[in-house]
Parts: sequence; structure tokens; C-alpha cells
Amino acid sequence: MKTQILPKFQNATRIEKKSKKLPLIKRVIEQKYLLLMALPAIIWVFIFSYAPMYGLYMGFVDYKPGGPFFSSFFTSEFVGFKWFSYFFESGDFFRIMRNTLATSFLSLIISFPAPLILAIAINEVNNRYFKKTVQTVSYLPHFISWVIVANIFLTLLSAEGLVNNILQGLHLIDEPILFFQEGKNFWGIIASANTWKDMGFNSIIYLAAIAGINPNMYEAAKVDGANRFQQILYVTLPALKPTIVILLILALGGILNAGFDQQYLMQNDMVLEYSDVIDTYTYRYGLQNGMFSYGAAVGFFKSIVAFILVVTANRVAKKIGDNSLF
Amino acid sequence: MRKSVIKVETVFQIILFIFLTTIILVTLLPFWNIFVISINNAQDTIRGGLYFWPRDLSFESYKTILMDREILNGAKVTVLRTVIGTPLSLLMISMLAYALSKRTLVGRKPITFMFIFTMFFGGGLIPYYMVLKSVHLIDTFWVYIIPNLMSVFYMILVRTFIEQLPKELEECAKMEGANDLQIFFKIILPLSKPILATVGLFIAIGHWNSWFDSYVFTYKPDLKTLQAVLVKILNQYQTSGMMSDQQQLADSAKRMAVSPDSLRMAATMVATIPIMIVYPFVQKHFAQGIMVGSIKE
Repeated sequence: MKTQILPKFQNATRIEKKSKKLPLIKRVIEQKYLLLMALPAIIWVFIFSYAPMYGLYMGFVDYKPGGPFFSSFFTSEFVGFKWFSYFFESGDFFRIMRNTLATSFLSLIISFPAPLILAIAINEVNNRYFKKTVQTVSYLPHFISWVIVANIFLTLLSAEGLVNNILQGLHLIDEPILFFQEGKNFWGIIASANTWKDMGFNSIIYLAAIAGINPNMYEAAKVDGANRFQQILYVTLPALKPTIVILLILALGGILNAGFDQQYLMQNDMVLEYSDVIDTYTYRYGLQNGMFSYGAAVGFFKSIVAFILVVTANRVAKKIGDNSLF
Repeated sequence: MRKSVIKVETVFQIILFIFLTTIILVTLLPFWNIFVISINNAQDTIRGGLYFWPRDLSFESYKTILMDREILNGAKVTVLRTVIGTPLSLLMISMLAYALSKRTLVGRKPITFMFIFTMFFGGGLIPYYMVLKSVHLIDTFWVYIIPNLMSVFYMILVRTFIEQLPKELEECAKMEGANDLQIFFKIILPLSKPILATVGLFIAIGHWNSWFDSYVFTYKPDLKTLQAVLVKILNQYQTSGMMSDQQQLADSAKRMAVSPDSLRMAATMVATIPIMIVYPFVQKHFAQGIMVGSIKE
């Protein structure tokens, strides 16, 4: 059987090589089914990804609803950077950026080291079943919707909720903390919710990296008399360093994505001063208040800055990734 | 010497056990607390102080929820979008993935770039809404299906998997005169079952959990998904502190005198339980899928 396939296989690769040199039209005809299969996705990406990008032009006009979307670009009045300067000069800009960056950095401080610590702890457990149980349980919240997570947090952190009950039981506080009535708490609540939801799931990548560490390294460390803590400190952590650095850079690249679901679902009027981030702001002004062009302009600002950050982060990550390999 | 080593190891394992058990409790207790409130007598729940065990066991809230027209309809819409959206999405993703896995494909590089670029830059919410409006998807059921058909990240996962498949079978079929379409459906799809199961489960969970598209892109009450109904209940709860007594009275009359709290918890559980049921299957598959993705990067 194998000998039968082999000559045919060689033949096929020769055909493939030859097909590269055929004229374009012939190659298109030859690949008509392949191209046909890619076509629905290509049409899709033009409508749902590139048409909205073109639609960003509405941030430069005074868009009035009514009539077909794209033709109304030409009938709407061109206003240049009016909406952008409106955003930068309004007091909102400072507040929105402060909330976005504060939420992101606070989330990063709590939710970045958490999966790493969890992964190392899981890895050190001797009992296989306990290990599996911890993994299964800790991944679970990732698969629960933000609606439910918001519901859970609103309940747990209410005046009569579980958290206040436990804190009072431990005599850490006398009066219940009104978590959702004090704006200053909100960033911390979002950071905790992010950590609670994704800590387990994000530990997977570290666990995979730990699984790739050569066991001989641990054996050598043991021979040198290293205990468990020293093994973590001098074998596991250095081996994870490239992964940690790359994930940190990518996280910094996504700093403007402070979230939408968690803020929108948990905020109330009393904490809006602190809860409003760039995405919720765009939604509120652009769709709820009907200031379409203004919302589009703010969204455009975010897209551009986020794009620059992510591309820079990827560049840096790639560079560091290459260095650590050799 | 040996004894002290064993002792250190035991202490180490105990510390780990305590730490990780705390993590398990922090993860599971919130769910348990919600569950306890949902199975407690609604009138009794108002007294508060329910944490780890129900005081007065009652399934009235579930009965109310499962008879509530809005919730039932929401569940129906959610199941429909999951059942219709997932296979269609898998088909479109894997067709593109297969085409892009061919190194000789005409325009392979620009097409790939065209898709990757959308992972880094997008038009944002407002123009997206306008596009949905101009292709007449706003306030239709298809707004759940069509805009969610494609995911570049999942496409890359599937493409990576297809690229790793042995080429012999495909070449053999080609010699027999099969065209690319036949090869895709008869050979590639069956061989890609593991990755399609993983990606399919992720897409299905995404459909089940999605609330924003229903909340913002649809207006008809009949089109609201379960999660969107939950958001509505959540909003009622949050504004109930600021509502007038009259409004509250009218609201509770509508909800057949079940306290909003127990009702909210029962609704939350109804939306959570299906995820918990499929979760073991997902868990078996997804770690592997994520690994493929991370290797690629």
C-alpha cells in the first residue's frame, strides 16, 4: 500500500510545483472550488469588518440618520475634526481616560500574577486527583456569561451579602460596606471580578509552559540540594520568564480594552463618575443618546490608539521571543 | 536528615492544599450562595441572612420562572441561535481554513492578511451598528447568526490543525479524480473532528452567553435571548432602590408575589445550569485546542 502511494505522492508534489508557474487565470480555474469555499468568508469580512472601518468616516461629518447609510456620507455636512476636538476639550476626556487606565492597570496588577501563582501551585501538588479538581473548578467561571457574573457580584457584595457577612463575622468591620454606592470601590470591584472570572483559564498557558520544562533540570537541582521553594525560584520561574514577559507586553498592548460588559452591567448612577470607561462612553453617547458621529469619533480615537499599542506590543514581544529562543 | 526532608515536604503539601482549597471555595461558594437563595422560600428570603443553607426549602421561584413567558421565549431564542449558529459558523470557518491551508492558493497571502488585520483594527460600535442597519439585520433573528459566522482566531486554530493532517489521503483522492469540494467534505472534515468539536463548543458557549447583540440590536420582545431577559431583571433590581413604591408594587404583582431576589437567583441558575452540564465535555477538549493556538504563536 505504502509503495503504491509514494510514487503518486511524488507525482502530486510535482504537479503542485508546476501549478505555481501556470498563468493566473488557469490557476484560478484549477482552484475554483477552493476559492469558492473562501468566498463566503471574504464577503462576510468585507461587510462586517471593512464596511464599518469605512463607516468611520461618519466621525468626520455631521451624520443625520435617515436614508441609506453610505450615501448619506455625501449628503451630510463635513465637519473635519470637530467631534474629536469636542471630545478632547470636554471634561469627559480626562475622566474617561482616567477610568479606563485605572481599571486596566488595577486589573493587571491583580489578575496578571494570579494565574502564574495558581499554575505554579497546581504544578507542585502531588495528588493527581486534587490537581485535576482544582483545574476543573478554576476554569469554570470563564465559561459563565458576564450577566451572571455581574448578578453574582451584585448579590455577594450587597449590604446583606456573603462578603459583608464574612467580614462582620471576622470582626474586621462593624458596619456593612456599601460596595456599589462608593465610586472609589468600583475599579477594585472590576479588577476582582476580572480576576475571579479568568484566573483559572489564564493559568492554562503557564501550565502548558511548565509541562514543557525539561525534567532533568529539576533532577539536577535536587542533586544540588535545592528544596521545593528553591526549585520554583531557580528552575520554574526562569523557565517561565519568556512566557511571562510576552504575556505582560501583550496585556499592556490591550490596555485600552478596559471592558464593557462588566462596567455596563454592574454600574449605577452613583458610581458613574468612576465606572465610565471608553467603551461604555461610546455606547452611551453614540447609541443611547443618538450622537452617532460623536460616538464614532470617540470610537475611532480608541481604535487608532489601541491599534498602535497592540502592533507595538506585538513587535516587542516578537523581538523578545526571538532573543529568548537563542 | 531524611526525616526532616519528609516533614518539609508534608508541610509544603498541606500549605498547597489549604491555598488551593481556598481558591476552590472562592470559585464555588458564590454559585452555591446563588443556588441557596434560589431554592429558599421567597417570602422568607426577604428577611436576608441566607448564605450556605436554605432556611425554608421551596421551588416556587423555579416554577414561576419556568412559567414566565418572557423567560421561556428567551430560552427558546437562545437555544435556536446556538443550534443554528454553531454549525453554520463551523462550516464557514473550516471552509476558509481549508482554502488558506493550501500553500498554492491564489492570493493566499493578501487574503490571510485581510483577515488577520481585523483582529487588530475595527470600525467600532457605531459604524458597525449602521452597517447592520443598512443590511437590514437590526431587529431580526439573523442578527444573532450572520454577524457571528466568522472568527479569525478560531479559523487560525482550524487551519493549523488541517495543515498538520497527513497529505497522503488527500493526494490519493485527487488521483482518483476527486475535486477540492469532495476532498473537503469527505476527507478533511471527518479528520478534523477533534478541533471542530473544541471550536464548536466554544462557539456554542459564546452564543449561549451573548447578551449585547440581543440587548442593543433587537427591539421586539419576542427576539430577546435568555441573557438579555436576565439583563432586564438585573436592571430592575438595580433601579428598584430608586423606584417609587407604586412601581414596585405593580412590578411584584406582575411577578406573582415572588420576591425579586429569589426570582433573580432562579433565573440566574436557569441560565447557568446548561453551561455546567456541558462544561465537563468542553473541559476535556479545550485545553488541547488552546495548546494548538499557543504553539502557533
